[in-house]
Amino acid sequence: MSNTTNRPKITPSKSALKIDGLTVSYGDKTAIFSVDANFPIASMSAIIGPNGAGKSTLLKAVIGVQPKLSGQIHIFDNPIENNLKKIAYVPQRVSVDWDFPTNVIDVVQMGLYRQVGLLGRMKGKQASIAMECLDRVGMADLWQKQIGQLSGGQQQRVFLARALAQDAEIYLLDEPFSGVDAATERAIIDVLKSLKSKNKSIIAVHHDLATVRDYFDYVLMINIKNIAEGLINETFTNENLQSAYGGKLELTHAEELSATKDRVTE
Amino acid sequence: MNTFVQAMLFQAGYNVALVTVGAILLGIASGSAGTFLFLRKRALVSDAIAHATLPGVGVAFIIMIWLGGDGRSLLGLLFGSAITALIGLFLIEWIPRRTRLPEDAAIGSVLGVFFGAGIVLLTVIQTMSSGRQAGLESFLLGSTAGMLFQDAVVIAIGGFLSILGIWIARRPLTIVAFDKDYAISMGYDIRKIDLLMMGLVLGVTVIGMKLVGLILIVAMLIIPAVTARFWSNHTDEVVVIAGFLGGLSGYIGAVLSASAPSLPTGPIIVLIAIVLFALSLFLAPNSGVFSTFIKHRKTKSYIHRRQGLLTIAKGKDVVSSFTRKLLASEGLSGSDGLTDKGRKLVTKILIDENRWIAAKEIYPDKDMNIDYGIKPIEETLTKEELIKLDQYIKSHKFKSITYDY
Repeated sequence: MSNTTNRPKITPSKSALKIDGLTVSYGDKTAIFSVDANFPIASMSAIIGPNGAGKSTLLKAVIGVQPKLSGQIHIFDNPIENNLKKIAYVPQRVSVDWDFPTNVIDVVQMGLYRQVGLLGRMKGKQASIAMECLDRVGMADLWQKQIGQLSGGQQQRVFLARALAQDAEIYLLDEPFSGVDAATERAIIDVLKSLKSKNKSIIAVHHDLATVRDYFDYVLMINIKNIAEGLINETFTNENLQSAYGGKLELTHAEELSATKDRVTE
Repeated sequence: MNTFVQAMLFQAGYNVALVTVGAILLGIASGSAGTFLFLRKRALVSDAIAHATLPGVGVAFIIMIWLGGDGRSLLGLLFGSAITALIGLFLIEWIPRRTRLPEDAAIGSVLGVFFGAGIVLLTVIQTMSSGRQAGLESFLLGSTAGMLFQDAVVIAIGGFLSILGIWIARRPLTIVAFDKDYAISMGYDIRKIDLLMMGLVLGVTVIGMKLVGLILIVAMLIIPAVTARFWSNHTDEVVVIAGFLGGLSGYIGAVLSASAPSLPTGPIIVLIAIVLFALSLFLAPNSGVFSTFIKHRKTKSYIHRRQGLLTIAKGKDVVSSFTRKLLASEGLSGSDGLTDKGRKLVTKILIDENRWIAAKEIYPDKDMNIDYGIKPIEETLTKEELIKLDQYIKSHKFKSITYDY
C-alpha cells in the first residue's frame, strides 16, 4: 500500500493513446526504438516519417499484431490489454486477400462480430447498423458486391465502414489515403472529421506531406526514434521535417511545406 | 438389379451400406472443415500433420500389444495417431517462430521425418508375431474390408463434432482467415483460433484414416473446398457447398468401389472429388474457364464495336483489323461506311457516351471509370440515378457530343 500512495497521483490526462518507450525489432533489426507518444483526445493526429521509419510498425505494435520488446501502451490512462474494444483499426488495403469469398456487407458486419458474439443473429438491428455505416462512406448501393470487384478507393471505404461499425473511441488508420482516388480521399476525410466532432480520436499513418496541414491538427514525427511531436503549427516545421526525412526530402520542398503554415494560419 | 444400383440404394449388403454411410459423413465433415483450411492457406500444414499420424498408429499398436491387448482397437490407434500429429503440428508452428527456417521447410521436414519414422515402425511391427495380421498398412491408403459398425460410429460422432465446432466458431474462423491483423485488433486470440481450426482438421484426418487413408485425406479436405469456391462468393455458402460436394464424392466413390470390388475405396472417392472439381473448373457459371472465356470475348467485342463505331461516326479511319472485321461481320459497316443498322447503333452508343460523360460531372463521388465503355451505363446506375442523369443532359448546363454520320 505504502508504495502506491507515495507515487504522484495520476491526474486525468487529455490523452487518448499514450505510448512509453515502445521498442520493436524484426530479428536483429530495430524497427522502432524507444518511441514515446501522447495523442490527444478528440483530435486528428498524423504519424509521419520516411519509408522504413516504423510508422506502420508502431500501429501494429499498439494493437498487438507485432510483438514489442518493451514499452507501455495506455488508452485513456488504462492499459490497452483490456480496452481493445475502444479501438477500431483500419489496416492497409494490401494486407488482405481480396479474392476471399465475401461481399461488402459481410465485411462491414465483421466489425460487429465482437458485439453479437459467436452465435448472435446478424439480422434486424445489427444489419441496419452495418448498412448505416456503409451509407456513411457512400457505399450503400454496393452492399452486395463481391469485394474483389471493388476499386482501391471502394475497398478502403469498406474497411472504414467496418471500423465505424465497431463504434470505437479511437480510430487507428494505416495509410488510409494510399492509392485511392480523389473522391474517396474526400469521403474518408469527411467521415473522419465528423468522428472528431463527436469527440472520437483519430490517429493515422500518413504519407502525403502536402496534405498534413489540411487534414490534421496533431503530428508525431518518427524515424525509428522520436523526432518531434505536438500541434501541427508548432511541430510541422522545416527544421523537424529535415531531421525526420534527412536527405530524402529536397530542401526546397521542405521549405515549401512549412511555408504553407503562414498561408493557413493567416 | 446390378450391384451398382443396389449399392446406390444401400441394398448391397451390410458392409457396403456401412462404408457408404461412413464415406458420406466423412465427406461432409472434411469438406466443411477443409474450407477454412483452404481459406487460411494451411493446406500443406494439414498434409504434414496427416503424415505425422503414422508413427502414432505404430506406437499405439505396440503399446496395446505390450499391455496384453488386441492392438487393433480403432480408438486406441486413432488416439495414438492424434498424439504424434499434435507433436507435428506443434513443431510446424514452433520451427519458423524460433529458428531461421521458413514455414515451408518446417512443413517439409515434419512430413518427411514423421512419415519415415512411421514406415520404419510399421516394418518393425510386420516382424512381430502379432503384427502380421494387424493390417496397419491399410491406414496409408484406407481400406473398407474390415469396417465394423463401431468404426462407422466413430466417423459419425467425430464428423458431427467437427461440423458443430465449425458452426459455432464460424465467425472467428472467417475473420482470422480474411484479415488476421484486424482480428487481433478486435481482441481475438488468433493462436487459439488457428489451433481450434487445426484441431478440427486433425479430428477429420484421424477419423478419415481408416476409410481414405492418411496420404489422401488432404485431398478430401481441400478439393471440395476449392470446388465449392467456383459456385459461391460467400464464406458460409462455400462451407455448406463444400460439405455437400464432399458427401457426394463419398457416396459416389463408395458405391462405385462396391460394384467393382477390386477398386480401392479411398482413392476412388478422391478421384470422384477431382471429377467434380474439373467439371466446376470448366463449367461454373461465373468463374469457370468457359464462362470466363466467353465473357472476355463478349467484353472485347463490345469495346471494339463501340469504339469502332464511334471512330467511324467521327469520320476517322478504324485502324484495328479486328474491329473492321467485327463491324463488317455484324453488318454494321460496309465498304462505303456505316450501314443503316450501324447508324442506328451509333445513335444508341452516343446516348450512352453522353450519359457517361454527364455521370462523371454529376456523380463525382462515384468511381465512374471502372465500367466506362465496358458495359452500358444502365448496368452501373440505378433507375433514379439514370432519370436524374437524363434530366441533367437535357438541361442547358450539359453540352452533348454530336457527330454527323
